[in-house]
Amino acid sequence: MNMFDIDSYHKANTVDEAIALLSQNPAAKPIAGGTDVLVRLHGNNPDYRHLVDIHDVADLKNVTMEPDGTIVIGAGVTFTRLVQAAGVSTNIPVLAEGASSVGGPQVRNVATIGGNICNGAPSADCAAPLLVLNAQVELKGPDGVRNLPLHDFYQGPGLVDRKTGEIMVSLRIAKSDYQGWSAHYIKYAMRDAMDIATIGCAVACKLKDGKVEGLRLAFAVAGPTPLRCWRTEEKSQGALADESLLKLVAGSVLDDLRPRDSWRASKDFREQIITTLAERVLREAINRQSRNGVSIS
Amino acid sequence: MIRNISCTINSRPMTWQIDIRMSLADLLRKQGYTSVKEGCGVGECGACAVLIDDVVVDSCLYLAVWADGRNIRTTEGECKEGKLSQIQQAYLDTGSVQCGFCTPGLVMASTAFVEEHKGEKVSRDQIRKGHAGNLCRCTGYEGIIRAVEQCMDPEKTQK
Repeated sequence: MNMFDIDSYHKANTVDEAIALLSQNPAAKPIAGGTDVLVRLHGNNPDYRHLVDIHDVADLKNVTMEPDGTIVIGAGVTFTRLVQAAGVSTNIPVLAEGASSVGGPQVRNVATIGGNICNGAPSADCAAPLLVLNAQVELKGPDGVRNLPLHDFYQGPGLVDRKTGEIMVSLRIAKSDYQGWSAHYIKYAMRDAMDIATIGCAVACKLKDGKVEGLRLAFAVAGPTPLRCWRTEEKSQGALADESLLKLVAGSVLDDLRPRDSWRASKDFREQIITTLAERVLREAINRQSRNGVSIS
Repeated sequence: MIRNISCTINSRPMTWQIDIRMSLADLLRKQGYTSVKEGCGVGECGACAVLIDDVVVDSCLYLAVWADGRNIRTTEGECKEGKLSQIQQAYLDTGSVQCGFCTPGLVMASTAFVEEHKGEKVSRDQIRKGHAGNLCRCTGYEGIIRAVEQCMDPEKTQK
């Protein structure tokens, strides 16, 4: 029998217990759904020998809405629960599009949104949707609560700004970041299921009188971390939402991104997918605004 | 590194002392539930799929300690008093079993799918998506999809 290479294991029942346990042992890693950590535990991995188990911390498993309309998604919410949550499907369906494209049913039933972000994977399917929703990360540690934008939380491939003793408590999306916006996410992969994104693209837009009042683009696997396209977003501010906007965006996004060659896909191929998706996803996001009277056919 | 857990396996209450380094797949196989197969060990093939509180999960990527207080179902328990479950029978009717290694996991994935979508009209695409976490290298999946369709069709299920 092949057991997991675990040297120490402590189970936390609350967020505060988890923080205390993680503070006591700086080498310890939190484990929630386990679909990533347990895979890394095979083969004597020295980095994952000490675990703090947050699998059953009930406080991390809720999707709620605060009185001011802020949507709060607990870090321990599984992809399946995320897709089913009423507040998600009605207000931020783009996140459900991302969550439902992860792995297969068994993975989505246990893997968590917190793990998807905290492992720092450039390919995380929730990352691009959360970036265009301007999601804020809420962390809690020995020194209290800390909030920061998701794009600042990402620091490098596999690297996030989670300090020793800290737990990601939730992801927060303000009402002003979803009300009046329409958004779309496409994951491009070699297979339609059980695959890692070759490129992931999310776009959110808000139009007024046929012009861009707000446009946000984010890509996964197009750089060392999931990235927003700040320069392209700035350039498109105030532009007419027509075919020329699609051209402008498709012609500009590569300046914001840093795709690379890997065994999965070449840089050239990724660049082609990026420009194609930028146009396709933006077109659909604009068409979803058509309920407000605008459309590109 | 030893913990006590209590859970039910196929409705039978169990209490065990287990090593926390064990996966649920290891525990189940050690206890004789050998329908649970470890294929890939990384959550891609679904041969180890079981139902935990009626939700389909890969037991190779699930710590045995997490089973504490939960109800586990394996394909051994789906057969009641010598009679195959509706899904198991449909797999036979449609010729969905060839080498058989993937079958127990797929049967549990189908069981969860049919229970979740009871009374709904589902598309073949939905059935495919619902079984995306299980690999079968023999059948080409066509029989499996037909088996699920057979269970979703109220006229055929009454016989």
